[in-house]
Parts: sequence; structure tokens; C-alpha cells
Amino acid sequence: MSIEILERNMPDTASASRVSSYGDVKMHARNVSAFFGKLQALHDVSLDVAANGVLAIIGPSGCGKSTFLRCLNRMHEVAGGTVSGTVLLDGEDIYQTDAVLVRKRVGMVFQKPNPFPTMSIFDNVAIGLRLNGGVPRNQLKETVERSLKQAALWDEVKDTLDKSGVSLSGGQQQRLCIARTLAVNPEVILMDEPASALDPIATAKIEELIYELKRDYTIVIVTHNMQQAARVSDRTAFLYLGRLVEFDDTKKIFTNPSKKQTEEYITGRFG
Amino acid sequence: MLVETPEGEISPAVGASRGVTSRASALKASPKRNLGDVVFKYTTLVFAVVVLFLILLMAYEMYADSKPSILKFGWGFLTGTTWDPVQENYGALPFVFGTIVSSFLALLIALPLSLGIAVFLSEMAPSWLERPLSFLIELLAGIPSIVYGLWGIFVLVPWVRTSIEPLLSGHLGFLPIFRGAPYGFGMLAAGLILFVMILPIVASISRDVLKAVPQSQREASLAIGATKWESIRLILKDAKSGILGACLLGLGRAIGETMAVTMVIGNTPAISASLFDPGYTMASVIANEFTEATTSMHISALFEIALLLFLITIIVNMFARLLVWSATRRKL
Amino acid sequence: MKAAFAPSLRYYRRKLTGGLMLTLSALSAVVALIPLLLIFFYTISQGFDYLNLDFFIKMPKPVGEMGGGMANAIVGTLVLVATGSVIGLPIGILTGIYLAEFGHNKFASTVRFMTEVLSGVPSIVAGVVAYGFVVIPMRHFSALAGGVALAVLMIPTVTRTTEEMIRLVPQSYREAGLALGIPQWKTTIQIVLRTAFRGIVTGILLAVARIAGETAPLLFTALGNRFWSTALDQPMASLTAFIYDYAKSPFEDWNKQAWTAALVLIILISILSLLLRVATRSRYTQR
Repeated sequence: MSIEILERNMPDTASASRVSSYGDVKMHARNVSAFFGKLQALHDVSLDVAANGVLAIIGPSGCGKSTFLRCLNRMHEVAGGTVSGTVLLDGEDIYQTDAVLVRKRVGMVFQKPNPFPTMSIFDNVAIGLRLNGGVPRNQLKETVERSLKQAALWDEVKDTLDKSGVSLSGGQQQRLCIARTLAVNPEVILMDEPASALDPIATAKIEELIYELKRDYTIVIVTHNMQQAARVSDRTAFLYLGRLVEFDDTKKIFTNPSKKQTEEYITGRFG
Repeated sequence: MLVETPEGEISPAVGASRGVTSRASALKASPKRNLGDVVFKYTTLVFAVVVLFLILLMAYEMYADSKPSILKFGWGFLTGTTWDPVQENYGALPFVFGTIVSSFLALLIALPLSLGIAVFLSEMAPSWLERPLSFLIELLAGIPSIVYGLWGIFVLVPWVRTSIEPLLSGHLGFLPIFRGAPYGFGMLAAGLILFVMILPIVASISRDVLKAVPQSQREASLAIGATKWESIRLILKDAKSGILGACLLGLGRAIGETMAVTMVIGNTPAISASLFDPGYTMASVIANEFTEATTSMHISALFEIALLLFLITIIVNMFARLLVWSATRRKL
Repeated sequence: MKAAFAPSLRYYRRKLTGGLMLTLSALSAVVALIPLLLIFFYTISQGFDYLNLDFFIKMPKPVGEMGGGMANAIVGTLVLVATGSVIGLPIGILTGIYLAEFGHNKFASTVRFMTEVLSGVPSIVAGVVAYGFVVIPMRHFSALAGGVALAVLMIPTVTRTTEEMIRLVPQSYREAGLALGIPQWKTTIQIVLRTAFRGIVTGILLAVARIAGETAPLLFTALGNRFWSTALDQPMASLTAFIYDYAKSPFEDWNKQAWTAALVLIILISILSLLLRVATRSRYTQR
């Protein structure tokens, strides 16, 4: 594939590595199958994740959406699962590299907000930088501020950065987790039903955020809320029982899907 | 009834669920109570009263029997260093010292090892390994203290005398804690045997505390690119208070331990800086002298030591259980 | 150019530290097993020599003479454990039932708290207490006093386990019984207790195994007895007291017998623990 050639033509600056034109492939999954012991949860899923866009993965409960997402940052194996197939990030196989390095570039926001309870808001955001080390204090402060601003949380917490991470409301905690992910400067952000534990107002804020973030990052979002997928994403993949049924532009999927199964799911006939 | 919790989620009021599980009291409907119910309730109540009564009686009895000693020596009992049954002069400081030093020494050695074991069992070992290994370690806790003592006299003490103490003396003999001739019997041996005895307690409770930390915490740290060890470090930080509780429970056990310590500590009421020297603990002096005490003042003094031991272990255990309870409940 | 997977020096250091710490953790688990293996090894190898029929049926020989057995001690341990259980089990179980069924008031909370307090009492203190309760009024040492001391040690464990096991029984079982018109107390005994039975038995076996190995509380209650006696109002021999006396003595023959007694004690406790494992396992397979 000509992915590598395309990418090499981009200028060599930090921001440029993220701002590639929409349509360039950032991540490529080929024949990905995932197992929990003997149980097969994903069957030969292949798709491309376009740079600087939002890919939504939809499907009924248990169809393997979260499992697939976790294959993209090697979190599936943390729960003891195994993966076969290939996943490329900018042309490099993430399963041939150390998982720690992969996760620095592919971040994840979880369904239930999970800020570290023993740390302050500041420390929660700074933790990723501290682990990777060698960051002087003032740069730390700058990065924390930038990340919190990007996550649209700065104004609400700028005076209370010392308070515990769990002292915030659910929606705020989720934005804190997003800020934490942004602080390590990933290229891809995976979101596993980020708003499902939140109330409608908080959900709207998260969706706004996604729209802002896609300028600089590549986003893959798993959601069981079809309207949300239609609102925020550029492309959509429909998974059913561990198989990829259809993968296309969001507009097409929701207005004129090619497969019957997709149509039935969209119109609520099952799921 | 739904309320909004501080985290912004909607959930049923906590009180409502508690009401549902209140057992007999919530379900008494008919005004004419069944005779059987009344009999049953009051029979069990009697026994509960017996337990309460028992503890109060225990405390009272120990206090009453130690009163003569308390009255005669006052606070001097705790600071006095002479324990002389002939002169009827009793000072318990050597025993308090011995108990504290041997217990803390045991905890000092047990803590890092227990943490390592807990981390291995909770975070690293696959389940086919973890279960039998946990079982084996808990087996250590089931060995009677007298068997530890027996093993202590014939195996540990000779080893300490011929290997450990010469080694420490040779390399670190300039330190006051390693000064003196290697007897084998002494504070070091006591600390070592207590360490083996409290290891399973501190390790298994720490393991439980670590397991109670929600999986989402581990995932959160791994997802931002932490290594496995860094992720574990964060979990340990989370479990700090529970682990402290585990340590206190181990300490409580060490403080009250009698037989194993008595058999290896040398039973000499001396306060010494060196770990090689023999010592005496509160539990040991009671064990050794109780049947030989002839005067009532002697017995009274021993009762006072028992009372002291009773109070110390209660306080330590109370704190310990509080910490461990709150740390392991959170998973629910 | 895109950011490739470029590991920095710092990354390698993090990996190294991590690997080291994880290795140390694994090693700790191995080190912990060493004393266990050593104790079992020595007890078995040293105790095996005298593990013969004589040990179980002969009485101890007078000081200085070789041979003999510990028949009285084995029986003594069983009698003491039985006495302690007869006193401690009913109190513990019934209190546990009270706390689980009716325990939602201040009084119950106090009892619960006190039980926790009692569980922290060192075994020697239990002996001291029993001395005051029984030995002083009776004016001599007795098996009964020993039993009382052991009961004091059993009660907190048995109470706590019983209460927990009863609380684990789902409310729906209780409701089903009541809906059938069975009176409350019958429901509790025949339905709730029957369901919680295995768990309660576990608690009992745990407590019994523990007191079988106790020495300190017997030192000045049951004292010890070199002669045959099963009388409750006389001093009583026990395996643990014998181990203590024989271990301290200068006679090598006695030292060896102490190891054998320790071996027998461990076998006894292991049998109890095995019964425990069997009791808990069948609980799960039935589901």
C-alpha cells in the first residue's frame, strides 16, 4: 500500500504530523480476529481509520465494538485476550512494538470516567508526562493548562487544581480523563462510549469536544447511540456478532445503507 | 426514590435499600406474635448478652486483680526497669521494650516481602498459580505457635547463632544493634520467628486489598502508556490505607504471640541496644512466671501486664480492622 | 514525518526498573515458601522416628527413662477441644444468629463491636482470664478452666462467621418461607440456617482447628498432667503442653518426642482443615 509514501511527504513538525488531510489512512486493520480464550469475539474485521476524522463504530450489545476498539491500542490483551491479524499505525505494525510505546500514541477514554482518586486534578493530567519523564515543572504546568483547555474543563477547575480528581461531577470527570489522555500528545484517541454514563447536558459537551478535537487528532468512537454516531462522525462501521457488516461514509450509512442488516439496525428493527 | 449523587449520577437513595434487608423486624405483620418467635428471639438474645457480659467481666476481673499492683506502683510500673519478685519490686519496662522491639523488627522484615507477595499474587500470577500459592502461604498461618517455637529452638536459633549473627557481626559489628556475642537465643531470633508468623497475615490481607482496587484504575494507567510496574505503583498508592491495616493486624498478632517467642528470646528482663542479646516480652513473662508466682503482689503485677497487653492489642486491632474494612468494601 | 515508535533512553530505564521490581515480587513469593517447607520438612523428618503405635497408646515414662508415649496428651487435647467447643460453640452460634436476625439496634452494634474487641485478645490473656474465672474459685487447675480459656478464643470467630453466613442468605428465601405461612422462627431455623449451614460449619472447623493448636491459654488453666486423667476438675494433659515441656528439657529423647507430638498435632489440624475444604467444595458443586 502507498500509505507510507503519502505520509512521508508531510513537513516534519509536531503539529503537522497530526494535521494530515482527511482521507489519509492513519490506522489500518486487516483481518483482525479477537479471542477470549476459546471464545471468538471478532471475525476478520478489516477497515481503515482516516486521519483527522471521526470513525464511529456502532452495533447492538455484544457485537464486539469495544473489543475491536481495544485491539487498536493493545488493551484487549490486558484482560487476557488474544488477537490475530494486523493493525498498522502509520504503516507500522503495533503488535510488533512494545505496547507501552503504542499506547503513548493511541490514547483511550473509557465508558465510566476513571480519574485516579488519590491524585489532584493537576496530578491526574500530569501523570502521563511524569511517567515519560524529564519534563521541567513550568512545561508541565503549561501542558496541563493546554490539555484542560482542549478538554473544555480549564475554566471550571483552574482555581481548584489541587482538589481530588474524584471531587468533580461525572461529566467533568470524563473531561478530566480526556485532558489526561490529551496531555501525552497522542495521535489517535479511542473513545469507548464516552458519554453513556453521563446526563444529556454533559453528553452534548463531550460531542462538541469531539468536533473540536478532530481537527488535530484522529478519533475512533464506539457508541450504542446511533443519533450520536450520526451527529459526530465522518465514517461509520457497523458491527454485528463480531463481524464487520458495513463500513462507509456516515451520511450514506444512515440514509442509504447498502446492506439489509444495516438498514434493519438503523431503523430499530433489532438491537 | 432517586437522588443525584455528588458524582452527577442518578441512583436510588441508599437508605431505601438498607430498609429492604432489615430482616425480622420489617416483616412482623400480625399483632398476635407467635410464641415460637418470642422464645427464639429471647433465647438468642440471652447468648448475645452473655457475650457482652463476658467481655465486661473479663475487663473488670483483670482490672480488679491488678489493682494492688496499680495502686502500689502507679505509672512507675511502666517506667520501672527492675523486675524483682524477691524484693517485690516490679517494673514492666523491659517487657514492654521486648514486645515492641521484637514486633516491630518482625514487621520491618515482613512488610517488603509481604508487599512483593501481594503484588505477585494480585497483579502478576495467573489464576492457576495464584490459588494454590495463596493456599500455601495461608497454610503458614495455620501452623500452631508451639510448633514454630519447637522449630525455633532446634532449627532457627542454631542457624542464627552459627550463620546470621557471625555474618552481621563480621560486616556490621560496629553498629550497636549487632554488638555482642552470638548466643542464638535473643531478640533477633524472636524477631525472625515473629516475621515468619505474621508474613501470611500481612501478605494475604494486602493481596485482598489490592484485588479490591477496581480494574478501571489499572486500565486507566495502562492506557496512557504506563508500564506494568508503573501501573502497579499507582494501585499500591490507592491501596495504602488498606495495606497499613494489614500491617497493623500483623503487628497485633506479633504483640500477643507467646509460645514461639518465649522459646527463642532468652527470657532475660534486660533492655539492650543489641539484637543479639536476650530479652523478654510481656506475653513471655506471664507464661513463665504465672504458675510460679507465690505472693499475691507478684500475681497482681502479672495481671497488670496482662491488662496492659489486652489494651494494647485491642487498640491496634481496632485501627487495623477499620482500615482494612474500608479498603476492601470499596469494590462493592 | 510521522512520529515513529522511537524509544528513548528514559523508556529503557523505565522498562528495566519495572522488570527488576516485578522479578523481586515473584521472588518474594518463592522466599515465603521456604520457611513453610523447612518447618514441614523438619517436623516430618524429626518426628517420624517415634511415630509408632506406642506413641498413641503408651503413657509417658518417668523422667530419665526412654520411651513411652503420649496417649494421655492426645486424649487430653481432644477432651479440652471438646470442652471448649461445648461451651464456646453454642454461645458463638446463637449470638451470631441473634446479630444476623435481630441485630439492628444499638445493643446489637455494641455486641458486634465487643466481639471484634474479643477477637484481638491474645491467647495468653484468655488463659489469665480463665485463671481468674475458674482456677481461683476452684482452688486448683482443671480441664474445665482450660476449656473456658479455649471457649473465649473460639467465640469471636464463630460469632462473626455465623453472622456473615446468615446474612449471605438471600432475603427471597426468607420471604418464600413466610409466604408459605411458616412462622418466622421456623423459617429461620429450617430454611435460613439450613442454607447457611455449610458456611457455619466452615467457621466452626476453623475455630476448632485453631484452638487445637493453642498452648498459652492452657499453661495455667489445664496446666498439664503426666498421668492418665479425663476428669474435668483435674489438670489435663495436652499435646501442646507436652511439646512445650519436652522441647525445653535437656533430654534428647524428650526432644525427639516433642517433634513427634508436633507432627501428630499438625496431622490432626490438617485433617480438620481437609474436612473444611471438603465441606466448602461440595457447597459449590451443588450449585
